[in-house]
Amino acid sequence: MRDDVVARIPGGDTGAIVAVLLVIYAAYVLAGVGLGFSLRGQLNTVATLTFFIGVFAMLSLALNLHWGYTGLFNIGIVGFMAVGIYVMALVSKPLYEAGGASQVGGLGLPIVVGMLAGMAAAALLGLVVALPALRLRADYLAIVTIAMSEIVRFSFLSGDFQQFQLFGERVGFGGGSGLILDYTDPIEAFFSVVGLWDAYLGVVDAFGVLIPTNPKPIVDGLVYGALLLGFVAAYFWLLKRTGESPFGRVLKAIREDEDVANSLGKNTNRFKIKAFMLGCALMGLAGVLWFMRSGAVTPNTFRPRITFFIWIALIIGGAGSNTGSVLGGAVFAALLYQGPRTLKNLIDAVLPSTNAPSGFGPAVAPLFSTLDPAPLLFYTLDSVRQLQLVFMGLVLIWLMHNRPEGMLGHRKETAAGIPLTAQRAQKRQAADGGGGDDE
Amino acid sequence: MGIAETYTRGRQAAVARPGSIILGLVVAVLLFDLGVGLATGDNSFSGVGSLMWDGLMRGLVIGLAGIGLSMTYSILNFANFAHGDYITAGAFSGWATTYVVAGLGRADIGALFLVGASGSVFGGTLGIGVTGTPLAVVAGALVAGGFTVALAVVIDRTVFKPIRDESGITLLITSIGVAFALRYIMQFVFSSSVRGTTAQPPSVSLYFVDGVVRINAHDIALVVVAGGLMLGVHLLLQLTTLGKAMRAMADNEDLAQITGIPTERVVRAVWIIGGGLTGVAGYMFVLWKGTLGFNDGWLLLLLIFAAVILGGIGSVYGAIVGGLAIGLTASMSVIWIPSAFSRAAAFFVMIVILLVKPEGIFSGRSTA
Amino acid sequence: MSDAAESGGLTLGSGGPGIDEEYPLQAEGLRKAFGGITAVEDASFRVERGSVTGLIGPNGAGKSTTFNLITGMLDPDAGTVTFDGEDITGLEPHAIANRGLVRTFQIARELQDMTVLENMMLAPKGQRGESLWRSVTPGVRREVIDQESELLERVWEVLEFFDIDHLAEEYAGNLSGGQRKLLELSRALLTDPDVLLLDEPFAGVNPSLEKRLLEHIHELREQGYTFLLVEHDMDLIMENCGRVIVLHQGQILTEGAPAEIQANEEVIEAYLGGNV
Repeated sequence: MRDDVVARIPGGDTGAIVAVLLVIYAAYVLAGVGLGFSLRGQLNTVATLTFFIGVFAMLSLALNLHWGYTGLFNIGIVGFMAVGIYVMALVSKPLYEAGGASQVGGLGLPIVVGMLAGMAAAALLGLVVALPALRLRADYLAIVTIAMSEIVRFSFLSGDFQQFQLFGERVGFGGGSGLILDYTDPIEAFFSVVGLWDAYLGVVDAFGVLIPTNPKPIVDGLVYGALLLGFVAAYFWLLKRTGESPFGRVLKAIREDEDVANSLGKNTNRFKIKAFMLGCALMGLAGVLWFMRSGAVTPNTFRPRITFFIWIALIIGGAGSNTGSVLGGAVFAALLYQGPRTLKNLIDAVLPSTNAPSGFGPAVAPLFSTLDPAPLLFYTLDSVRQLQLVFMGLVLIWLMHNRPEGMLGHRKETAAGIPLTAQRAQKRQAADGGGGDDE
Repeated sequence: MGIAETYTRGRQAAVARPGSIILGLVVAVLLFDLGVGLATGDNSFSGVGSLMWDGLMRGLVIGLAGIGLSMTYSILNFANFAHGDYITAGAFSGWATTYVVAGLGRADIGALFLVGASGSVFGGTLGIGVTGTPLAVVAGALVAGGFTVALAVVIDRTVFKPIRDESGITLLITSIGVAFALRYIMQFVFSSSVRGTTAQPPSVSLYFVDGVVRINAHDIALVVVAGGLMLGVHLLLQLTTLGKAMRAMADNEDLAQITGIPTERVVRAVWIIGGGLTGVAGYMFVLWKGTLGFNDGWLLLLLIFAAVILGGIGSVYGAIVGGLAIGLTASMSVIWIPSAFSRAAAFFVMIVILLVKPEGIFSGRSTA
Repeated sequence: MSDAAESGGLTLGSGGPGIDEEYPLQAEGLRKAFGGITAVEDASFRVERGSVTGLIGPNGAGKSTTFNLITGMLDPDAGTVTFDGEDITGLEPHAIANRGLVRTFQIARELQDMTVLENMMLAPKGQRGESLWRSVTPGVRREVIDQESELLERVWEVLEFFDIDHLAEEYAGNLSGGQRKLLELSRALLTDPDVLLLDEPFAGVNPSLEKRLLEHIHELREQGYTFLLVEHDMDLIMENCGRVIVLHQGQILTEGAPAEIQANEEVIEAYLGGNV
């Protein structure tokens, strides 16, 4: 209990998050120094890292609402993300023009409207899944949600939705060849809306002092990363309030024992649907933020492995804790997601391997014939993107064996709008003190 | 009296299970549509027949692989998401064997072991097939079964056994970790390319009303192997004490808890039987469709889950019947909907079953 | 305890149970079968307002099933349940609980990973903060916080009444069996019920705690609450209940004052028969 009181000290949660982030950034900057990166390279690393910390933190926060708070076993996260970005694109892409780069157009509405539409669509899909499926056992819900996410992917892949008419406009999802996101760059849109676009360009110019050639992509990346961290803060704030409220208390009770909550007069289905839809909307928004600046999206990006990433992030941090979710997202992004790639770059810098073998066969053959392990090593380094998934799988197994409660241990965030302990203790002290005076 | 009773019972059924009634109506409408299509010539009998045959073949694979999933699901009480990658592992081990046996001396042994990774050697060139290289195919199927048994048992020992007492969800999450580790190790070793594995098998054309339905040698091989193994499992369950213990455990969870089953002996037997069937199913799947990729098992897994849930978790016969139903659904759905959605249709059927009859068709009669 | 005594009784709800009808809870012809086995057959009984009524019967007599049928955990195959003059058959458990008919569970189902305070704060009805938007919207959340403070006061009163205030910050999973039963009862009281259904409230409770629980029940009965208890222990029921309903093989065997029941040969036979 005392731990909780300590955690309530202003800055406790934030302090932990900031400390972890600082360590991560320091490690990356050091690695960059080791790699002999230019300032441009260093800033680029920081921007990329921030981007992934941002998206994974947001997504594991949203998943924490489902699994950590309510006990809803959603392994279809990527489906809600896909719906988010695709609907956003549909709404915000410019109207179709014959001869343009894009085969299909959108409705040409502002990006903010598109983002809201993407969230709403993800929430609606959540409702469609939740209405029937929330009555099911956790493992059935898991199968239903992952099947749903695959149905979403097949739907965006199919030729039938490649292009269609909506409100008289030629729109579509582009099918298997993908969808070009040819709206105004979101950063420009954002700063234009608040009337600071010229100021922003001024900052970019000023950055030219540090990076003489083409500073804009670097500044864009850094600013977008900062924007994402702002969204993480907003998610955290929203979900902390949700958790620390009577609403969150009912969710927690549902996670513990739904029958009890029901017997105490709580309409548990209503609560579950609301929590599920809110989480889905947040996943949809995270999908938008992840992919909105990527230039194009293809349905096959949205494979279940992204869901798997987010689950690992949440389990690292500790389900049930918002702080843990953010930390888990950051640690996952830094160590498991970006880490192996950075490590590969580091080793490449030390041991340049220009001629890595193209397959496992040529890599192993020299080991047998001439006892030369180098080709296998180079092939292994070259395959870091596959092997990191193997490593993640092993980490997940290890976590489930040894630390199923995650980094933050058995930490439990109190589900109430007010601190449940301090108030009474103070009152009693006051009462005792009063009594003493009388005597 | 009789009519009144029937009526009352029907009314009760309608009140108690509105979902079933709606489902029945939907099926009736679809069949009516198919009938109209056949009558007007929009659908040809032979076309529908070919789809049905295709669905049956697919269903046999799903059913065969589903038996193992269904057994572990009911006896160890968790949904094993690594099952799909057991299928892939079986397929790769078996096909490596087939390539080596069929191609020894004709191609680089390394390339053969890696099942012709990145186009180093082609199954078609080696003339692989049940008629062309029968020995290689039999050896491959046997190794596929044996290797998958070993894999399943080793993974159980190292990964699942230490957390046997944890909740089904903990085990499920862990199995996802196993799935990814396995899948990408296979991609690391065998590359991500999808390769053709067989030469064109000989086939016969059966005349069917207004055209032909083609049936090839690999279809026949699949029917024989899958049918034989299913019969074997049936005999095993009915005639051996092991089978009785497994039935007792699957039939009655309470009894299992009271009597202290699952014993490790039964658990190991389940992994051995399930693993063997799964490996062979993976091998036969690749023989039948003629291509092999590292994602094959994963893509099949959700259909297998659909089949197992449809048939009732824990029921071996349910898995077989569910497999056939899901296979037919996936193949025949193209009559009514665009082919991009055929897999989606099978998932949809599963979701509907979960809602209407979550205990499955064969529930309560698990393995008897 | 002394607080409650001084203030002349404890006001747990918004005004205590209303006293407008003699029999708030009535069951009529309840029937429930599982597969081929009929667990409850044509069970009809009623519970008198302000009474402690016992529901007894040998193992497998259908007591828990009856409870589940009344509280909406199970839907009866036939029959009706009436509460305060309204038909509540087949309603969802939460709807029934919200009308003032609240149950506890045979095996105390405390919410393990929640503290005793969280457990208690969950129970009260009409919490504004149970609406998501109120809980998160700046400004509106003020009302939620204010209500939370009021609720917390009430929770402390109840905790003190039951003498478990020293456990307030403990996780419910760490409580002893008897403490869990107390927690369940006090949590149920916070929902502001009229009738409380207690499923084996004394199972696994040590004698001194059992005595305290009984004192609480009698004290609450005097304030006008109505109790229906399922209990194994015949002596306990006979000493503490005003009326007793006997279930045997899914049917109501008899119903009456404890003295009548004790003299009833059918009952004796059912119990002995069950034991032999």
